[in-house]
Amino acid sequence: MIRRDILVIGGGPSGLCAAIAAAKSGATVLLVERSKYLGGQLVKQTHMFFGSEKQYASKRGIDIGKTLAEEVTSHENIKILTDTTALGIYEDGVVTLEQRKNQEEIYIKVRPKSIIVGTGALEKSLPFPNNDLPGIYGAGAVQTLMNEYLVKPGNRVLMVGAGNIGLIISYQLLQAGVEVAGIIDASSNIGGYLVHASKIRRSGVPILTGYTIVKAEGENHLEKATIAKVDQNWKPIPGTEKEMDVDVICISVGLTPSSAFFWQGGCDMEYVRELGGYVPKRNKYLQTTVENIYVAGDSAGIEEASSAMVEGSIAGLAASHDLGLVYEAYDQEMEELLQELQALRGGEKGGHVRKGYEKAGL
Amino acid sequence: MLRTTGVPTEQELDAVFPSKERLEKGPVVVVECFETIPCNPCYTACHSGGIRAFKNIIDLPTVDYEECNGCTLCISSCPGLAIMVIDYRYHKDYVKMTIPFEFSPLPKPEDWVMGLNRNGKEVKRVQVLSVKNTKHLDKTPMISIAVPKGQFKEIRNIRVGDL
Repeated sequence: MIRRDILVIGGGPSGLCAAIAAAKSGATVLLVERSKYLGGQLVKQTHMFFGSEKQYASKRGIDIGKTLAEEVTSHENIKILTDTTALGIYEDGVVTLEQRKNQEEIYIKVRPKSIIVGTGALEKSLPFPNNDLPGIYGAGAVQTLMNEYLVKPGNRVLMVGAGNIGLIISYQLLQAGVEVAGIIDASSNIGGYLVHASKIRRSGVPILTGYTIVKAEGENHLEKATIAKVDQNWKPIPGTEKEMDVDVICISVGLTPSSAFFWQGGCDMEYVRELGGYVPKRNKYLQTTVENIYVAGDSAGIEEASSAMVEGSIAGLAASHDLGLVYEAYDQEMEELLQELQALRGGEKGGHVRKGYEKAGL
Repeated sequence: MLRTTGVPTEQELDAVFPSKERLEKGPVVVVECFETIPCNPCYTACHSGGIRAFKNIIDLPTVDYEECNGCTLCISSCPGLAIMVIDYRYHKDYVKMTIPFEFSPLPKPEDWVMGLNRNGKEVKRVQVLSVKNTKHLDKTPMISIAVPKGQFKEIRNIRVGDL
């Protein structure tokens, strides 16, 4: 049985920042990450980040991931288990883990005083005929193949979804020398940042808003996609179909918070459309209704990695503070973090998220 | 238009382009940032006071044309690649346009490349004047091209190879 003050589940942007904040304020931390590497989705993000200097603006995600991972690794209060999956939270407060080591699976029990869950999100998909043909990927898979394994997913791509992920991955496909035949989105507007849209557009990629995918076709793998205009109810309008010769369809239609641990832990849950699905109710310090379970990052609601990092720091400081550990800079740092988070959620684009957080707040 | 296609309109562009008088005074920045998103590296990168201080991180950047000296420091700091610098006095018939370019292969000085508009459509072949790719630019190289004075509002990107 491992005993630690705080268990952080997930080594992505929120989990890394949570571990750093908890450790520097005096807690002993166990950080558990499913994959072989720390960094979560940051390891694939070759583009520059928005935000302010505090959230590493204009640095590339991949470099931010490295910086945070180095900080976590060098901290004596943080024990790290990679290649380790958290399996469940039990009623007596024990969390079980499965670690993969030398082709063996090791079962580990942990009894933390508090838990910070930063498990990120899952991709949504779309139903359409033949959507199981080889060549049809989720956006995460395309980014993993391309930026982690250096494998081109194909030669000519139809991107479904003009949110930030769809736009950014289209740009990265162009950088990898893959043709992007077009980006479609059923919404009448581009959902992602317009600067991303503009930089892809001026490379010649058409962005078609008000279009959806109708079907995919191909013998053994994807050869053709049919798209069509949608009406006000997002139903395809007959006669507006267009065929596109593509060997890849990349589905980028949003994410949903990974919430299994909160259900298991008995947290009050709420379905919040603006945050992508079921999320735990939480106070402004990201404490859920189960007093020793905290939430941070996309598992708290779908947002940008910059806010995930700030949330991680908030949850880390709060969890440590609530255990009675004294950290002199607590008040000042917490106040600054709460202000940073509010600033990141400002503006036109933040309206959606602000509304979601109101609904999920305690 | 911008919201549905990613291409700014004439009017939107006019609002962020410096005046003719300012252009004639020397190099100056053009910031094509039309949406309030939480982002301020253009301001933090600026050493001359050309990008005015942000009151709030979601403010749109605004340019103080008296202070901007077209130094190009902000170009590669913009995560949206929305910034370029125009030197209108470079030549009597051409402006020197400096844009960010994150594709490989990079062109070389004196190469001819295809000038593209904001729709990605071909406008005109243009010649590369210089290529900067220092460590400080952090993989966002800057390419300077000579653009005919009649087309400097049209061209915003380049394609390298197959002209």
